Amino acid sequence: MKINVTVNGTAHEADIEPRTLLVHFIRENLNLTGTHIGCDTSHCGACTILLDGQSVKSCTILAVQANDKTIQTIEGMAANGLHPLQEGFHENHGLHCGYCTPGMIMRASELLANNPNPTEDEIRWGISGNLCRCTGYNNIVKSIQYASAKMRGETPASTEPQFV
Amino acid sequence: MIQCKTSKAIGGMGHSMKRKEDARFIQGKGHYVDDIKLEGMLYMDIVRSPYAYAKIKNIDISEAMKVPGVAAVVTGKDLEKYNLHWMPTLMSDTQMVLPTDTVMYQSQEVAAVIATSRYAARDGREAVKVEYEPMKPLMDPYKAMDPSSPVLRTDKKDKKDNHIWHWEVGDKNKTEEVFKNAEVVVEQDMYIPRIHVASIETCGCVADYDKINNHLTMYMTTQAPHAIRTVIALVAGHVGLTEEKIRVVSPDIGGGFGGKVPVYPGYVIAIAVSFLVGKPVKWIEDRSENLQADSFARDYHIKVEMAGTKAGKIQATRFKVLADHGYTDAAANPSKFPTGMFSIGTGSYDYDTTFMEADAVYTNKPPGGVAYRCSFRVTEAVHAIERITDRFALELGRDPADLRFQNFIKKEDFPWKSPTGWSYDSGDYHAGLKKAMEAIDYEGLRKEQIQKRAEGKLMGIGISTFTEIVGAGPSKDFDILGIKMFDSAEIRVHPTGKAIARFGTKSQGQGHETTYAQIVAEVLGIPAENIQVEEGDTDTAPYGLGTYASRSTPTAGAAAAVAAKKLVDKARKIAAHLLEVSEDDLEWEPGKFWVKGAPEKSKSIQEIVFAAYTNFPQGLEAGFEATHYYDPPNLTFPSGAYICVVDIDKETGHITVRRFVAIDDCGHIINPMIVQGQVHGGLTQGIAPAMYEELIYDEEGNMLNGTFMDYLVPTAVESPSWETGHTVTPSPHHPIGAKGVGESPTVGAPPAIANAIVDALSPYGIKHLDIPITPFKVWKALKEKGVI
Repeated sequence: MKINVTVNGTAHEADIEPRTLLVHFIRENLNLTGTHIGCDTSHCGACTILLDGQSVKSCTILAVQANDKTIQTIEGMAANGLHPLQEGFHENHGLHCGYCTPGMIMRASELLANNPNPTEDEIRWGISGNLCRCTGYNNIVKSIQYASAKMRGETPASTEPQFV
Repeated sequence: MIQCKTSKAIGGMGHSMKRKEDARFIQGKGHYVDDIKLEGMLYMDIVRSPYAYAKIKNIDISEAMKVPGVAAVVTGKDLEKYNLHWMPTLMSDTQMVLPTDTVMYQSQEVAAVIATSRYAARDGREAVKVEYEPMKPLMDPYKAMDPSSPVLRTDKKDKKDNHIWHWEVGDKNKTEEVFKNAEVVVEQDMYIPRIHVASIETCGCVADYDKINNHLTMYMTTQAPHAIRTVIALVAGHVGLTEEKIRVVSPDIGGGFGGKVPVYPGYVIAIAVSFLVGKPVKWIEDRSENLQADSFARDYHIKVEMAGTKAGKIQATRFKVLADHGYTDAAANPSKFPTGMFSIGTGSYDYDTTFMEADAVYTNKPPGGVAYRCSFRVTEAVHAIERITDRFALELGRDPADLRFQNFIKKEDFPWKSPTGWSYDSGDYHAGLKKAMEAIDYEGLRKEQIQKRAEGKLMGIGISTFTEIVGAGPSKDFDILGIKMFDSAEIRVHPTGKAIARFGTKSQGQGHETTYAQIVAEVLGIPAENIQVEEGDTDTAPYGLGTYASRSTPTAGAAAAVAAKKLVDKARKIAAHLLEVSEDDLEWEPGKFWVKGAPEKSKSIQEIVFAAYTNFPQGLEAGFEATHYYDPPNLTFPSGAYICVVDIDKETGHITVRRFVAIDDCGHIINPMIVQGQVHGGLTQGIAPAMYEELIYDEEGNMLNGTFMDYLVPTAVESPSWETGHTVTPSPHHPIGAKGVGESPTVGAPPAIANAIVDALSPYGIKHLDIPITPFKVWKALKEKGVI
């Protein structure tokens, strides 16, 4: 069946099988491979995108449910340069293998949209639907705090690693 | 040994340089196997067994072949025609690619469906009808060892039981003698459960066989591309797929942790199908398949004993281990050590006798024990020694820190010969533990604990002071399928002074592109940002054994340093020519040569490299390239002192990790930011088996938690805010004094957490709990002791 979606600002019309999962539509029809697949049960969050501004695990819904909606993926985070979240992840070593990173950034972007100045606990709860197997989360939290400060017009804290 | 002395602009060792590889990952331009799309590519899905042990009576593919888009269904009988239905394991055992008559574990591959789309392949999979005759599986390794149990490996003609191997090390008689006369003996049975690496990217491949040129390109999720190319050649050489006709490409890898070392049947089937149909074939497993069928880790039953004096001196240890290897011995292990590095089990303590023995057994569980983020069973060994050390302290009523200080190998005693024959290179265990205790305010915490206990509250402090053994390996001790475990680096510097460096290892997130560039920068003085690092393509990279067991920096990192030193030697010749002086009249610092006593007469490395292509002395080979295959003279021995503080809710058993301080000693640090990141990640993968993760099977061999719904990988909420630091004792034999760190925290964290929890519960007579220590386990133990 036919669907119309706006993806990262560009309108797309597609004819797809009704059962197509949104993540497969994004990856295989649109060739936007920054959105990853890590589980079959919506627990890992690697496939998180924004659907009309809300973070959604794109393996959990059908592409047809995105009809007439806007989708934002990691590829659409910044038109030029880097989004403060992307910068935060780089500056704070918030990624190792990079597989969970796009989903983590998409989730964090909605978190900051709803709560521009979250506490560490709020960040940890906010990303608890996104699994990372590499970083141990400390630096992901720091990365989101960096973006939070920057987006509020403040100077982010030092990105140098702190040792006891 | 190289000292860290470059400027931040050069970005050599010691600088927290931001990672070069991040740019693509944060912008969604990472290139993982599932991102690969080739013209005419087919998709493969795998039919898996619902039973742990069953005869295959019939496989009916007729309905599947009617599914639109399905091109073929492949069974074991199809592969048998080409003798591709069996393959060797990394332990020189054999493993079915697809079974022809019996399935040996739940979720074993039974048939493969190939179709024009992912969805069609899944439809075809659902339509394959397999008729099974279920049999009673052997799930308990102790039962499997019983001579009256049925023999599982009937494919092995002479096999009369389920026993795989027996391994022992140490002095049995001397150890028995010490135990007989010891003032104090403590013992503990413990189980280190079966767990899973669960990297967020699952395994998969695209096999692309080109019939015209008889050439296979295999894009795959592998940590060891060269070794895998050799294995493919060994499996498929007889059908004409010889090693020079195979290219293995390992693109970006979404986490490995040991789980992407083995060869899985899916890879072999994809190659066979691509070979047969002449088209590219993609196979990407889903999470359930990953958890249920890919190589597990651990699954060791251990009895450990410690003998010592009333005054607290450790005198001997004894270990008896039963390893459940599942259906086949596919452990990723150097073949000279059937239980790998279990002989590091004597830990950081100075005593001179031990006896360790281990047996491995076949059961109806999935095969392929991987050394999940550890060197070949160090995790199990360290857990055993650190738990029993705490048991010993508890028995004597001694503070566990104090007891450790008494028994540590002293700094001046290195190199230290262990009772199992290893030569520990260097260490300062006293300094590490002291630093950890100061950072966490150990004395203050012990005082607080006394107060809490008086109020009936549960608070525990746990210590783990471990020695790791990494850098596999010296080729005299380490091999995989006979291939000795060296590693390699090749540096090519282009005329304008920018370089490309290629390695036999393969990063799965460890930051090699940055770390290796920093090593080369440190030696040559070429800025790290001008050094492009490449790995993972067997057509271009020098042969190496891959990345696992924290071996990349100790082996390939050393190779980079040695190759770069070769270039400095060549640079000296060119500089002497350019400056018209003798080589002996030159002084070097990374980045330039100058004439002794006349520093204004100098040539930069960039000028020298340009001359290597434009103005080199007669008789000297043109170009500026060097390769080195590094075979380490010894392993490296990083260590750590970890302290964990827990609070436990008495009513629910809920455990809160309040603080966790980790002090690591990995020798010279190349990039402190990356090292700290590795430690954070490893600690979270340490809390996981300590408190959450375990692969659970019922008696019928059903896995009870084969998805992320119930296999509990820690989230940001479960993971505490880690506090880390370091001490530095360089490895004396390593070219840059580095030791490796990636797995230390996975190894060191579980016993620190278990020791903390048991410490909290010890006033009530609880002396041990097996990991994972869940709230229910704690609650049950307190209930049994009548505390609640």
